[in-house]
Amino acid sequence: MTLLVVQALNGFQLGMLLFLIAAGLTLVFGVMNFVNLAHGVQYMLGAYLGVMFARIAGGFWSGLILASLAAGAFGLVLERLIFRHLYARSELDQVLATFGVIITLNEGVRLVWGSAPLELPMPDALSHSFQLMDGLRYPVYRVALAVTGLVVAGLLALVVNGTRAGMLIRAGASNQEMVSALGVDIGRLFRMVFGVGAMLAGFAGVLAAPLVSVEPNMGDNLLILAFVVIVIGGTGSIRGAFLAALIVGLVDTLGRSMITDFAHAVLSGPASSRVGPALASMLIYLVMAAVLAVRPAGLFPLRS
Amino acid sequence: MLKQVLAAGLMSALVAATAQAQTPPILKMTVIATLSGPQASLGEQVRDGFALAVEQRGGKLGGLPVEVTVMDDELKPDVAVTKIRGLLESSHQDFVVGPVFSVVMAAIFKPVTSAGVFLISPNAGLSTFAGKACSKDLFVTSYQNDQPHSVSGEFATTQGYKRAFIIAPNYQAGRDALTGFKSRYKGEVVSEDYVPLNQMDMQSEIAKIAAAKPDVVFVFLPGGLGINFVKQYRQAGLTNIPVLSTFTVDESTLPAEGDAAIGFYSGTNWAPNMDTPANKAFVAAFEKKFNYVPATYAAQSFDTAMLIDSAVKAAGLDHDRLRTALEKADFASVRGSFKFGVNHYPIQDFYLAQVAKRPDGKLQTEIRSKVLTADVDPYAAECKMQ
Repeated sequence: MTLLVVQALNGFQLGMLLFLIAAGLTLVFGVMNFVNLAHGVQYMLGAYLGVMFARIAGGFWSGLILASLAAGAFGLVLERLIFRHLYARSELDQVLATFGVIITLNEGVRLVWGSAPLELPMPDALSHSFQLMDGLRYPVYRVALAVTGLVVAGLLALVVNGTRAGMLIRAGASNQEMVSALGVDIGRLFRMVFGVGAMLAGFAGVLAAPLVSVEPNMGDNLLILAFVVIVIGGTGSIRGAFLAALIVGLVDTLGRSMITDFAHAVLSGPASSRVGPALASMLIYLVMAAVLAVRPAGLFPLRS
Repeated sequence: MLKQVLAAGLMSALVAATAQAQTPPILKMTVIATLSGPQASLGEQVRDGFALAVEQRGGKLGGLPVEVTVMDDELKPDVAVTKIRGLLESSHQDFVVGPVFSVVMAAIFKPVTSAGVFLISPNAGLSTFAGKACSKDLFVTSYQNDQPHSVSGEFATTQGYKRAFIIAPNYQAGRDALTGFKSRYKGEVVSEDYVPLNQMDMQSEIAKIAAAKPDVVFVFLPGGLGINFVKQYRQAGLTNIPVLSTFTVDESTLPAEGDAAIGFYSGTNWAPNMDTPANKAFVAAFEKKFNYVPATYAAQSFDTAMLIDSAVKAAGLDHDRLRTALEKADFASVRGSFKFGVNHYPIQDFYLAQVAKRPDGKLQTEIRSKVLTADVDPYAAECKMQ
């Protein structure tokens, strides 16, 4: 039972990390109708910049702030140089070009920082842990990460639902031409959304860096998960992204920890050790398929 | 008359000498390793270890000038085969050195050996070519893949650990690793977990370990998986359960794992602190030139260059004579004792190493005890070398 609670907590915390990445992706996808595969490398870049700034500025916190800002700025530079020319093009062109950005940045990071993985120590203030179950201590940092995700989700919900900028974002998502016909500078709105999205991904990268290894390609796997999240949640919807990130985090973590035991109970012999892990890695995609079968546009679609 | 004969003789000797000076034999070889993608640091170790040996000998091996082509296999078997085929069709090569990963080795084995070129693997040690399908033109200077994993199994048995929790990635090498561990482990395996290769959070496995309370944990978690596991294991405060491992804590991942890795065990055939004169000189020169601590990949690659050096010195460039010289392995290995078995895979000692901090603050693995002596891989008996 305690194990279940611990695993649920792990799942929740993975979900919050996914949400930070998926929030920017879903806004860009929903509002601009732009498929940005390069969103995952923003996460990687954030982690690398975090390591670099933490070393230069001497601390996790300054690293976190500087790296998030730098990642946002870098996102804006990419938007200006590359992505801007893709908005009017087909989705295939967008996928190809942003995929090119992934490859370039992965190798670029390797050139600058080398291919050996890097480390970012936890901030001292959060580096202790508490007894969660017999024999297992839980790092305070992980709890802080989950809480941060909740706070960001709350702030984003406030901005999107309660401010003029948020209203324009929602309007832009449902009818772009109409908004620009009403005299709103839709380009500026896009840039703002893009910058915030890139910054959030970079922010998530720095937050994840003390838990995982900072290495080239670290964003690639998360990108796939983030796409699963926005497909389940419905593109463009912050609420959907939040709920879907929770579902994916919980299903993935709980599934992995339980399905092998389940497979062992049902099957026997070597088959069970093969079926379990295979099933566990498929689980979130099965959930995605199930959601799409019932609600083809995701849980909270912006356009119906 | 006599003068004329003498003059003619001198002339022809001179001509012969200059002709020889114009075309001295050049030793041509290719180093193929993974130099891009997430695992690039392993390939870089292989490249650097080899380059150091060549540089120390003034750009020569066995007294002959060397022309080394370095290739990136991108960890893609198809890419490796295309590149190797193209190279062997367009130029003569005496040796191909590589690769890092077994999947690439399986792919390039045929193209290289069927072209009559020696393939010398400084890391990958597939079981396929150690048994019935052993080849006279393949030499492996690392180990047979099962061996390092079985070291941990043997150690766990001798320590009397009764319950083991074992984890590996969910792919063939991961299954082989756990099979290797179990081949010498006599206790009970309480849980055998396979995680996806791209999993980034190991927290859920760690919670399972805490709940199962095993006597010992064995993991084969290469690259980022291992880094995440080591950091998170320490963060979870599971210090009382010892962790045995392979390719999880080594000098390629230690800089990223940091102090969290101190105390973790690793089954290995080499460590930077190994006390042989050849090894001390190698580690010192390597760190001076490349400014990082070498791992087994670099050490085995350095040995590979030394092996070629010794063979070419003894036999020149004749293929069959070279093979006989290679089989003798007449070089000072950084590992101390080293010889080839009938299947051209090494017969060597294996150790349990532990991560420790050096006086200069860098981390390295250090030999703690010898676990297997002159170990012969389990497939060698099936090899009938033609």
